[in-house]
Amino acid sequence: MISVSINGEARHFDSPISIAVLLEQMQLGGKRIALERNGEIVPRGQFNQHLLADGDKLEIVVAVGGG
Amino acid sequence: MNNDTLLIAGKSYNSRLLVGTGKYKDFAETTAAVEASGAEIITIAIRRSNIGQNPNEPSLLEILPPSKYTLLPNTAGCYTADDAVRTLRLARELLDGHSLVKLEVLGDPQSLYPNVVETLAAAKTLVAEGFQVMVYTSDDPIIAKQLEDIGCIAIMPLASLIGSGMGILNPWNLQLLMERVQVPVIVDAGVGTASDAAIAMELGCHGVLMNTAIAAAKNPVQMASAMKKAVEAGREAFLAGRMPKKLYSASPSSPTSGMIGKA
Repeated sequence: MISVSINGEARHFDSPISIAVLLEQMQLGGKRIALERNGEIVPRGQFNQHLLADGDKLEIVVAVGGG
Repeated sequence: MNNDTLLIAGKSYNSRLLVGTGKYKDFAETTAAVEASGAEIITIAIRRSNIGQNPNEPSLLEILPPSKYTLLPNTAGCYTADDAVRTLRLARELLDGHSLVKLEVLGDPQSLYPNVVETLAAAKTLVAEGFQVMVYTSDDPIIAKQLEDIGCIAIMPLASLIGSGMGILNPWNLQLLMERVQVPVIVDAGVGTASDAAIAMELGCHGVLMNTAIAAAKNPVQMASAMKKAVEAGREAFLAGRMPKKLYSASPSSPTSGMIGKA
């Protein structure tokens, strides 16, 4: 079992799934998002190649209204 | 006026009004206000996505598409250079390599006054990483010059505090600032109503960026239209060159000769 922090929330997974699978599970697949893993940008094209590891910190962002 | 365009990062804009997209009651009001403002450059914020709680959340980028507007992702809410830089790296990824950004590093949550030390540090990193940085800052002309020397492509001083609607509190500093930098100067923050925007433009500012003045008006769409006209009128007055102020002129507008009843 691995624990990952996603946007500050702890999530647990039985196996190290890929970022692409994670996004599908959260119904964010194909959505316009950007993702940072442990402070580094993960380009959209590499979501399949990155497997989550225990202790990972992910930030997933979108564009919202702002000044 | 057609040849009088605002040049930002190699692109010419007809509108000198830049608007934010926050604080509207819904996306319909956001789009209506942005349309009425005539703005071509609009700011957006970068925030954490829902992570499955709200799968049908509408996307701002669908209603305000990058194909129609120049999006200016901002770092509003960031209090450190590191957070601002991380936010804009995410924005660049989100917007497919788009490098034009608004840097804003705040100093305290009550006044929202900019922290210029952190702003300078973030600007250095961002420029080195190839970002084209439009920077929100105080109206300090020395800091403005330093930001220009770092490579920022527009200096965006406050006219008064963010969201205060207090208007142009120190026109003299804005003039000093404009004398010292070559890049466009865009008043960002403090405008409350149309006359404030006109005054900024009459001073010679190259543009005005606002959000709350429109979004917090009783009728935001109508205020957006008013701001569009005010920015255009102020710019045209600046180009026309105003008459000098005098205590009195002794030069009436009507002819002094040909008066009836004279011998």
